[in-house]
Amino acid sequence: MLELQNLSFQVSDDADSQKEIIKNIDLTFEDHTFIAITGPNGGGKSTLAKLIMGIEKPTSGKILFNGTDITDLSITERAKLGISFAFQQPVRFKGIKVRDLITLAAGNNINFSSACDYLSKVGLCARDYINRDVDASLSGGELKRIEIATIIARNTPLAVFDEPEAGIDLWSFNNLIKVFEELHSATDNSLIIISHQERILNIADEIVVLAGGSVQARGKRTDILPELLNGTAGCKFYK
Amino acid sequence: MDIAMDEIQKNLLEQVAGLHEMPAGAYNIRSNGQSVDRSTTAHIDIVTKEDKQGIDIIIKPGTKKESVHIPVLLSQSGLTEMVYNDFYVGDDCDVTIVAGCGIHNSGDSDSRHDGIHSFFIGKNSHVKYVEKHYGSGDGRGERIMNPETVVELGENSFMELETVQIKGVDSTKRSTTATLSDGAKLIVTEKLMTHGSQTAETAFHVDLNGEGSSANIISRSVARDDSRQLFLSKINGNNRCAGHSECDAIIMDRAKISAIPEITANNLDAELIHEAAIGKIAGEQITKLMTLGLTEEEAEAQIVNGFLK
Repeated sequence: MLELQNLSFQVSDDADSQKEIIKNIDLTFEDHTFIAITGPNGGGKSTLAKLIMGIEKPTSGKILFNGTDITDLSITERAKLGISFAFQQPVRFKGIKVRDLITLAAGNNINFSSACDYLSKVGLCARDYINRDVDASLSGGELKRIEIATIIARNTPLAVFDEPEAGIDLWSFNNLIKVFEELHSATDNSLIIISHQERILNIADEIVVLAGGSVQARGKRTDILPELLNGTAGCKFYK
Repeated sequence: MDIAMDEIQKNLLEQVAGLHEMPAGAYNIRSNGQSVDRSTTAHIDIVTKEDKQGIDIIIKPGTKKESVHIPVLLSQSGLTEMVYNDFYVGDDCDVTIVAGCGIHNSGDSDSRHDGIHSFFIGKNSHVKYVEKHYGSGDGRGERIMNPETVVELGENSFMELETVQIKGVDSTKRSTTATLSDGAKLIVTEKLMTHGSQTAETAFHVDLNGEGSSANIISRSVARDDSRQLFLSKINGNNRCAGHSECDAIIMDRAKISAIPEITANNLDAELIHEAAIGKIAGEQITKLMTLGLTEEEAEAQIVNGFLK
């Protein structure tokens, strides 16, 4: 499904020297898996997600999607190949309605009831939201749920979620867990979810621990999660 | 349609008035400097001015749920005209007025329409006024429109003024002045897009004279290529009143935009706000739409269309 080969990403820092955000990462993700990527803040998780979507371009290394080298492909081309991306901080638009965004995501002229179904799945009463602008009148939590609804509407072979829990209240969070479980069980699609939340890690098939731009651990959830939850042992991944 | 119109004129008519055929209710169609068709109703009369170009539209008190269409079409290159249209709206009316000007210029001379629309609105009336401007034709002659709107709003009357200029007008200077009596309310929505080397100036001057009067001026514009825009809005609060103006502009390419909002409170209980923002399309908006499969160009078009919708 997805292969990251010797992937690195550097940025120039103030002193004109290069800072490595992602360091020679090699990872292979199989079809129909639910992978949670976790690790300390600043460890490179969001950058890795953006590299997969093409929002950032790697300094070196390769990304293969279903055997195709997508390293030099644009965001649009990757989206068309079947990768979708949920932003940690969803974007606001003046004059674009929730319905427009979901229609664009679904890629065709969906009818009112299908659009509503996607919103209902993320716990929003469709009637109240479908004709609202995706602008500053929406709260952070509402926006986040709409963002997730667009990913459900896209229904692509690979969906990358960057901290979907950020900004979501407890009630919605319970729903969110159900959404991910359903996405995983009802389709053959793969999910990569960047998260700090134990409850999300707890429903993943595999966990990758990323710290300091490198993979500190990777394995089945049943092997990694107990280590992470055990305070002292968890530290060994974060060193 | 009982008048002879060619395809160019029909297209202009559709663009500025959304009309495929003659509307129900009162109308006056002006084409190439002449009134070509007119219809009046029991409550709405249209009379040709005798001392200058233009018409008087007289709406009797108590007229409800009726409409007036007064589109202007120019397809003859080099035609220049100055037209005065006066609207007398009685008390207790509820009417929609659709005006608009379409210029098709495929010649080398400038075509120009200057229109002064004056509204004298009585008490307790609701007037919705929609004005669309559109230019087409690939001649070297410019398509120029300078609309002027003057509004006198009577006690407790409410006017909604919508203006749209999306395409093809080379040069426009728009001036809107309004005087509001007690309890009167004015909402202006302006949508403007300029491209090429077009210029657009728009100026609002609102006097909130009446107690409890209010005005809300909302302008959204997009300037592309080498076009220039100037937005001026002046609101004077002369009584207990509320005024708000908002200019929100997207700048693209090598365009230039100025926004000069001015608010003056001449009364302790005047509450006035102005907002003005100019900026390019946020990169993250384009990125988000690209993750949905749109190309950069499609994403940009989607953002601009949504913004001006």
